Amino acid sequence: MNSFEWVSVSSLAEATSAASDTVANAMRSQSGQPKTEAIILKAGGVDLLDLMKEGLLSPRRVINLHSVAELRGIVEEPNGSIRIGSMVTLAQLAEHPLLRARYPALVDAANQSASPQIRQVATIGGNLLQRPHCWYFRSLDHHCVRKGGEACFAFTGENQYHAIFGHNGCAIVHPSTCATALVAFNARIELAGAQGRKRVVAIEDFFLSPDQDIERENDLKPGEILTAVLLPALKQDTRSAHMRQGELESFDWPLADVAVVLEMRAGRVCERAAVVLGAAAPVPYRAREAEAFLAGKQISDQGARGAARAALARAMPLGGNAYKLPIFDALVRRCILSATNRG
Amino acid sequence: MAAGNEHDQRYAVGFDPSALAEIERRVPAGEAAPLAPNAKLTWIGKPVARIDGRAKVTGAAQFTVDVKLPGMLYGRLLRSPHPHARVLALDFSAAARYPGVRAVLALDEPVGRAVEAPADSSGPEAAQRRVLYVGDVVAGVAAITPAAADAALRVIKVDYQPLPFVVDLEAARQSDAPAVFQRPVQAYAAGMQSGPPVPQQRNVRGPNHSGSRGNVEEGFAQADVAIEGEFRTQVQTHCCLEAHAVVADWRPEGLTVHLSTQYIAGVRSELAQAFGLPLSRVRVVVGAMGGGFGSKLVAGNYVRAAVALSRRAGAPVRIVLDRREEQLDSGNRPATVQKMRVGAKRDGALCAIALDTYGTAGVALGAGVGFVAQGLYTCENFSIAQSDVFINAGPGCSMRAPGNVPGAFALEQIIDELAETLGMDPLTLRDRIDPNPVRREERRRGAERFGWSRRQPPGADPGSVKRGVGVAQSHWGANVRTNSSCEVRILRDGSVEIFSGTQDIGTGIGTVLAQVVAEELGLRPADIVVRIGDTDFPAGAVSGGSSATASLTPPARNAAYRVLRELFEIVAPALGTSPESLVARDGRIALADNRRGMTFREAAAQLRTERISAVAGRSDDYGGFAQKSGDRASAQRMLGGVQFAQVAVDVETGIVRVERVVAAQDCGRPMNPRQIESQVHGGILMGLSYALYENRTIDRHTGHVLNADLEHYKIARSRETPAIEVIILENYQGTSATDAYGIAEPSNIATAPAIANAVYNAIGVRVRQLPMTPATILAALGRIPTRSVRG
Repeated sequence: MNSFEWVSVSSLAEATSAASDTVANAMRSQSGQPKTEAIILKAGGVDLLDLMKEGLLSPRRVINLHSVAELRGIVEEPNGSIRIGSMVTLAQLAEHPLLRARYPALVDAANQSASPQIRQVATIGGNLLQRPHCWYFRSLDHHCVRKGGEACFAFTGENQYHAIFGHNGCAIVHPSTCATALVAFNARIELAGAQGRKRVVAIEDFFLSPDQDIERENDLKPGEILTAVLLPALKQDTRSAHMRQGELESFDWPLADVAVVLEMRAGRVCERAAVVLGAAAPVPYRAREAEAFLAGKQISDQGARGAARAALARAMPLGGNAYKLPIFDALVRRCILSATNRG
Repeated sequence: MAAGNEHDQRYAVGFDPSALAEIERRVPAGEAAPLAPNAKLTWIGKPVARIDGRAKVTGAAQFTVDVKLPGMLYGRLLRSPHPHARVLALDFSAAARYPGVRAVLALDEPVGRAVEAPADSSGPEAAQRRVLYVGDVVAGVAAITPAAADAALRVIKVDYQPLPFVVDLEAARQSDAPAVFQRPVQAYAAGMQSGPPVPQQRNVRGPNHSGSRGNVEEGFAQADVAIEGEFRTQVQTHCCLEAHAVVADWRPEGLTVHLSTQYIAGVRSELAQAFGLPLSRVRVVVGAMGGGFGSKLVAGNYVRAAVALSRRAGAPVRIVLDRREEQLDSGNRPATVQKMRVGAKRDGALCAIALDTYGTAGVALGAGVGFVAQGLYTCENFSIAQSDVFINAGPGCSMRAPGNVPGAFALEQIIDELAETLGMDPLTLRDRIDPNPVRREERRRGAERFGWSRRQPPGADPGSVKRGVGVAQSHWGANVRTNSSCEVRILRDGSVEIFSGTQDIGTGIGTVLAQVVAEELGLRPADIVVRIGDTDFPAGAVSGGSSATASLTPPARNAAYRVLRELFEIVAPALGTSPESLVARDGRIALADNRRGMTFREAAAQLRTERISAVAGRSDDYGGFAQKSGDRASAQRMLGGVQFAQVAVDVETGIVRVERVVAAQDCGRPMNPRQIESQVHGGILMGLSYALYENRTIDRHTGHVLNADLEHYKIARSRETPAIEVIILENYQGTSATDAYGIAEPSNIATAPAIANAVYNAIGVRVRQLPMTPATILAALGRIPTRSVRG
């Protein structure tokens, strides 16, 4: 690991004027060596430490957001929406009574992320912004296209943990399990730039596919801070579920990850559905065919089966990851039924 | 001091508590009296807490990484980024000038791999070093800080000429594959210590047929049924929690090496030879350890580098491997492909076993599959053909029951399949073909505890999560190293010490030695100070081959017995009796009827000199060994194990969960059931992790290991842990002063096949490939679609 300067800031204004780089642009280079002049922000520091230890990131200065009070806290707004500060830890998120009552899919996603120890320090902001865990991307010996290199090694290499959708030029899967649930809830992302300029974007628009930008997973701009995640108020009878399957039940990255949010009416009839697949594509994958399949229907075992089939209709597995299809199939089906029965 | 001559003694033998008989054994002079079964003893066989437990859980225990010597330098190794390359030039000039750097050197003659025959020519090509895998050592640096050492590595200029390479086992077998070695490899073949010369065609060294017997063609001709299968096992890495670590201190008066190792004495010999020093000038020391599993038996390249750097720099040098180095270059369990065919009569009697196997230990030899198929069951006709296949990957080495772990995965599934084909219960078939009385008893006790009789037909469970049960067996040599000794000292204040040049790699041998001495001297284990981990002490045993307890507890007991006789001689006159009438019990030295006596402390106060001591070496087993060659011997018994597993398989996701394992194991006289259980838990977890998760993965195009960390290399963790029940069979044979043998490796062998058989019982489909990941299970179930594949 390189030597670097450590700066602690205590207000958002200080923080926005301190940082000059995103982690993504600090890692990108033609040579395969990370930039050495970057100034970057640190939230929980879990992913940052990994990247720096591996020599993939060598910042000159690290700005610690730990003491920025404005980024903490979970608040219910008068209109029923919920604002989650970006420095809220996954453990705090998972324990919050309001979230547990209304957004069980998100709580489950947070609870199934990483390990208990890591959830105590990892923040929701850092979780959404962490870099992918593709083993080529994480290897200094493989200068891949996402780091400014020429090629994606996964297409011809060992791709059992890679994408089955949307792998246009790069086959990473999005690393955040929480993102899967947040997309299903149509969350929005609040960002603050220099001079306190704020913007709010739909989470789906925040994440970038390789088509849009192959070197970064999201639209965070240099100098910008992810300040909060905004959860919309829910319709009367909204039910949700999340399921995740890793090879290990303990601390492991998922092979498949599914979040379902159903707006119900009159018993088992689904008004509107959100079905999102994680660990499936470079961004959380919204299975619109499955959503359309469910809309307006009474949910049955058969219906859940049909929705699962629809969700995977456009999957394009690589040489070594077609086994993910039956896993997703089972998880989508089970997740729909689990959400329905949660009522 | 010897007590009398060779004489006959009576020993209780058999399985306690059920079947004890008495037999007479001829015993050499100076051996302690026959030891009663555990039920009648005070400390031996009792669940005594580890003597180092508190230090370990409070962080007080000193590991090699905690050794900090004055002026100590930090060493780092430069490793090859290429899977195969010629080193055309090495330029150290910038590294040598780097601030804080004290020594830089090339590592030209790495060890721990297959050795090529010498080159015919003496041209420049022959002299050029070739690196053979990513992570192969190239050079070493020692500097005053770790950061300076790392920085210096980055300014070493290496001119590599990349060469064609091969990392895939099947690709390496092709006749036009890039050759890993240019010339034939010297040494013996897969798993063999010795034997006839073995052919070599490019990367394939073999087949070796040694171990074959009878005539398998005739055997198969007589068979009513034949079962065959091809089994594939992966590369597993040791994953010691404590990394390989060394601090080498070269001084004019001699070399001291602090090293995390399973064999301080062996490392001393190796280093003495490598650096031209007499044994008397090399001292190897180890404190607490966090695992070895076979990967710390020898002085690897990093140890030699630390010594050479220390000699050059004139200061102590510390090298600690990081996790990536651990995964790339500290050894591994070789991958295997085993084609096995077994023929049997309708009643189960085996007529023939044919085993054709190849595997890869990277650039090393040793991909053999042990002696499981060869010896677990009665079968007159056995043929074996084993080959090593070289690939450009880090060398394999011993790993917990080497060969036998993959070997059992194949044989025990075939036997399971045979039982089904014959319409027999797998336990009934084994009762028919397994002559070993230990395992027969273990099957009986294990089946009862497990509830084997509730077993259902394969695939009988309805629903998507199917439960199943399976059983598998193991055998392992009752190994002994005769170059093993202990010294017991009694000091004038009544304190007691035991010295032995062995090491505790986490197994608890130190605690066992304290129990043995306490039992013999009538004291408590806490009264005994255990001094191990230093080659200055009497020659200890290797912590390998599951031999330490078998090698050291008899001499520990005999040394205690002999020094106690000396104490009896000294105090007998004061008690007005003869030494022969005294006993040591409950902290007292007294007449057997306890009429007259004194405390142990009062007795010790009568010593004429400040201390008395006795040294005992490991005598041969009473009645002799089954095999002995140099210091290595094995007893006239095999250690048996039977494990039962219950799994739940989700046939929609392919996830296998092991819910319960019952293990019945034998290690002769159990010395400390708590530590034995702990060992068996470790063996089962390692076996479970091997069965379901672990798999070193190399990119076939770049030659790089992609999971050289504990994030991408999957290993069982807390939530993968099943309910484990351990049945320890007390098996007395009266063959040494303690009758104790090993447990570490035996407990690791039967787990994977027991799980595989349980998976079959759950889903009705045989899985012959490890690890049994969702991808493997779903493929076996035919549930993976073949549409729209790209890439």
